[in-house]
Amino acid sequence: MNSERISSWILKGYLVLIFLFVFAPIIASVVFSFNSQRFPTIPLGSFSLEWYEKIFNDADIWTAARTSVIVAICTSILSTCIGFATAYTDYRYQFRFKGVFLALALLPPTVPLIILALAMLAWFSKIGISGQISSIIFAHTVLCTPFAMAIIRLRLSQMDENLEAAAWNLGASQWATMRTVIIPFTRPAIIASLCLTAAVSFDEFAVAWFVSGLNKTIPVVILEIVQGNIDPQVNAIGTLVFVISMTLVIIAQVLIMTSQKRDSIN
Amino acid sequence: MSDTLVEFRQVVKRFDDFVAVKSLNLSIAEGEFVALMGPSGCGKTTTLRMLAGLEKPTSGEIILNGRVMNDVSASERDTPMVWQSLALFPFLNARENVEFGLKMKGVDAPERRKRAIHWLERLDMGEFIERPVNQLSGGQRQRVALARSLVIEPKILLLDEPLSALDAHLVIRMQGVLSKLQKELGITFVYVTHSQSEAFAMADRVVIMGNGDVAQVGTSREIYRSPANKFVAQFVGRNNILGGSVSSIDGDLALFDTECGQFALRIPEGKTFQLGQLINISIAADRLRLQQHSDSAPKNKPMDTGTNQVDCTLISEEFVGAVVTLFFETKDGTELMVQVQERELDQLKVSQDTLYTLSWAADSAHLLSD
Repeated sequence: MNSERISSWILKGYLVLIFLFVFAPIIASVVFSFNSQRFPTIPLGSFSLEWYEKIFNDADIWTAARTSVIVAICTSILSTCIGFATAYTDYRYQFRFKGVFLALALLPPTVPLIILALAMLAWFSKIGISGQISSIIFAHTVLCTPFAMAIIRLRLSQMDENLEAAAWNLGASQWATMRTVIIPFTRPAIIASLCLTAAVSFDEFAVAWFVSGLNKTIPVVILEIVQGNIDPQVNAIGTLVFVISMTLVIIAQVLIMTSQKRDSIN
Repeated sequence: MSDTLVEFRQVVKRFDDFVAVKSLNLSIAEGEFVALMGPSGCGKTTTLRMLAGLEKPTSGEIILNGRVMNDVSASERDTPMVWQSLALFPFLNARENVEFGLKMKGVDAPERRKRAIHWLERLDMGEFIERPVNQLSGGQRQRVALARSLVIEPKILLLDEPLSALDAHLVIRMQGVLSKLQKELGITFVYVTHSQSEAFAMADRVVIMGNGDVAQVGTSREIYRSPANKFVAQFVGRNNILGGSVSSIDGDLALFDTECGQFALRIPEGKTFQLGQLINISIAADRLRLQQHSDSAPKNKPMDTGTNQVDCTLISEEFVGAVVTLFFETKDGTELMVQVQERELDQLKVSQDTLYTLSWAADSAHLLSD
């Protein structure tokens, strides 16, 4: 009895340590972003919004933020559309080489980012669209579509196999069924996918750095700032990026979990 | 006889190598309640799905309302179905689920609403009109599914094991609801089930299917009293099946030898037997009479008395309520079952170490076709 309690406390302590290990750098970055001193040292100086003011007044950072937001929005819409189509194809149809089709569809995240980025750069310059915002969007769409597909596929797998047939049976054509049954059923997953792919695109550095040219995204700008000198602006940007990405990821998680829970009562 | 609504003409359905339905011929009249019954994999659900247009027959024709339906898509058939899983739309509430079919037909919103509410109220769901379907009980969801199919006022309703997910007491209640509804509406119900009690309780006509073939078509009583063949007798259950060869014929009685004795059978009209012919008979478990064996009784001669007797011992009993099934074994190991009323059980004083005599009249045995 007693030893059980001790081991339970040890395990809880272990868990706290792991979380600390994972989150300490992020917490440090957040803390230093509000620190008045230039160098990240302890003891801390006074509380200050200086670095936030600085980035808000920096035109380069605003441009990068605009690029990042445009890329994230376009990427999330494109990859969610393609991901939905792929997931529905897998759900609905049986065909030869379906295994190969699925493996190819899920492959991009397993390719090392540097290789993917280099290949993208070479390919985009070959077809003449390198260094544009659209090139980052295309590259990120390739990267994000498998995530979108996985999320929507999971949702479709929870669907009663007769639901589509029930709609046909009540006079709905294939398109009407898509509009009135499949899309409403997968809506939580579609929104989750939009959030998650936007977050992935917003954070992604390697591919963006290679293909962006002059249209830098936020992560690319951070690297450029860090390369020159130690600048606490980076902490401020990092904190904002972290908050935005986490919000998107949490929205996605909540949507996926609540829709699962709602169905499980059925 | 009213008009034919549905006709299956030599319908075959193959899935790759597997033959789900072998040359089905069946016609269903307008306003008839037909149950398709059989063990799983017998082709009953495939038959229903072909009628709904969800499977395409490999060959043959399905005619609905005088029109060949083979190439008509599921969404243009007006053959609504109540699914085993119900397949309600989880993101819609009860009323919106019921409105779905009308919406697809282009009925305008106020009319849709009025008709959906009318049907939900008719099925005692008036309190739950705006309730999300995942907050309804099994029985209530069943009613929504029924309303959803009936609101489009079809000539035929297909039901695929709709009660299999319900608790036993709800099944009985819903059986009542369905029977009453079918009579009031006068539309055709095609009801697929593996449950004999559901089929027998509701259907005007029961179609027993096995291995993709129709084994027997008839009213509940016909199937219960005169199973056509061994498969039906076994599937319906509570039938004792005895096989043997004809050893003598005297007038309309035939004597046949089985492993557990010689028995007499009244030869059905229009049948002729040859000596040595192999036959199978079934005797319903409630047609056997049970008494304690007595050595003093004169030896029974089936051909003279028209009564068959066999000695056996009790091996087990199965209590279901008002009726008890007793399982006996003869000296050679043949198992026989007898159904008796629970209240008779005390008088009979059944115990495992007594020898019993089972008897049945030569004309209560029923000749099977195989």
